[in-house]
Amino acid sequence: MSNHRGNIAIVGTAESDLGVVAPDMTPFDLMAQGTMRALDNCGLKLSDVDGYFAATSQSRMVAMAMCEYLGIQPKYFDSTQIGGSSFMAHVAHAQAAIAAGVCEVVVIAYGSTQRSVSRAAASAREPNAYEDPYKPMMPPSAYALAASRHMHEYGTTREQLAEIAVAARNWAKLNPVAYRQDDLTVDDVLNAPMISYPFTVRDCCLVTDGGGAIVITTPERAKDLKTKPAYVLGTGEHISHNMISAMPDMTVSGAAHSGPIAYKEAGVTVKDIDVFELYDAFTINTLLFLEDLGVCAKGEGGAFVENNRIGPGGEVPVNTNGGGLSYCHPGMYGLFLLIEATRQIQGVCGDRQVDDVNLAIAHGNGGVLSSQCTVILGSEDTL
Amino acid sequence: MSERAETSPLAVFREYCDKGDLAYQVTEDGEAVFYPRLVAPKTGGALEWKVSKGLGTVYATTTLHPRNGEPYDVSMIDLDEGFRMMSRVENIDPADVKIGMRVKVRMIPGTDDQPVYPVFDPVEG
Repeated sequence: MSNHRGNIAIVGTAESDLGVVAPDMTPFDLMAQGTMRALDNCGLKLSDVDGYFAATSQSRMVAMAMCEYLGIQPKYFDSTQIGGSSFMAHVAHAQAAIAAGVCEVVVIAYGSTQRSVSRAAASAREPNAYEDPYKPMMPPSAYALAASRHMHEYGTTREQLAEIAVAARNWAKLNPVAYRQDDLTVDDVLNAPMISYPFTVRDCCLVTDGGGAIVITTPERAKDLKTKPAYVLGTGEHISHNMISAMPDMTVSGAAHSGPIAYKEAGVTVKDIDVFELYDAFTINTLLFLEDLGVCAKGEGGAFVENNRIGPGGEVPVNTNGGGLSYCHPGMYGLFLLIEATRQIQGVCGDRQVDDVNLAIAHGNGGVLSSQCTVILGSEDTL
Repeated sequence: MSERAETSPLAVFREYCDKGDLAYQVTEDGEAVFYPRLVAPKTGGALEWKVSKGLGTVYATTTLHPRNGEPYDVSMIDLDEGFRMMSRVENIDPADVKIGMRVKVRMIPGTDDQPVYPVFDPVEG
């Protein structure tokens, strides 16, 4: 265990408007909305904020944009951009900053209008001379290639991948703000329009607008607030590659590195975790992260997810908000995993609340399986 | 590294492609490197250009289904010299491209829009 264990807590969470937001809203509008809602959630004020972290695909210098928008001059700011796991990295970096005494109340924010402005407009493409000539559809084709290799080595089937999408949908039906609530079967997934084999459109995340924020502070400050703190017990960060053709082994993600670092720091094992929030940009993600975080053995993810094991009422609750597959996915989904893991520990999740949650994992993924960051949160009982 | 680089790694790669050669690099320890770089990964050491025999094996594969247009292949190819690259397997139905299939490189000549680049065709054995 490190001396960082439990030295900060997530105390405030909020989503901004989700789904399709009002015309001409900007990512900054959504971040501001999320920031104020998250501060209100825990009972802090904008003037308390002395650390501001933010990421979005639609602004290169987002911390500057948000400090201007909100009229704040925080002592510490950070726009680390490693894709959808940026917000888990922000938690780890905020922990270091707070431990160093640089700041005490940190907001981590995200906003995206990618559904309104189109995916192409929301994410600037970087030229890549060694991949562009082949016209992969990014990111789905990158994850489809990983899925093909997993199917080849371990006999994983499209039906098993489809079960992951169905479990996510069944959780989404319990979440009033989830984007898709209609029935979904394995056959529906298999028979949906093919995008990049083996993925149909239902193996792929939603394309929505949305954003939000979380508020982090010290255990001392957390005592006086309105919410139950979710303590940060451990974090792990790993970057294995940038372009998919440089991924070392396409069946093993960097979660196999970030997970053990986080478990060690938290002083817990996978068996202790009550709920798993895993970045499901595509169905294969959930399967890879279940394996790489040690929930099941490498190669056994396909069989593991059968028979609703990860759905509502199943043995291992995974992606209890409905996930990127059915709840919302504005392009960089990681913040929503931290929001849901915190709320599960707080016990405020209504119909989808899992019983007796003391330990939760929020695992973020960025790029094309490129960056993997794991955050383990715990209730006061775990300190 | 103190001298100015007169040509970029990409320009050298494409010069080889224009001659029909698939070029890659090796480190001082003999490890194959792709994509081409100025600096060896991990060690920061020097890199030497080599020409591949152009034979490889499909490591991973997907068939893309564009809304407008015909399905096409995108695959990862493991070259026999020990490096991996993205490419496309041609002269076969994309749905029939299989992991483990042996393939050989062929160059698509450059146009105004797209410089020369390598693709692969299935080969026996």
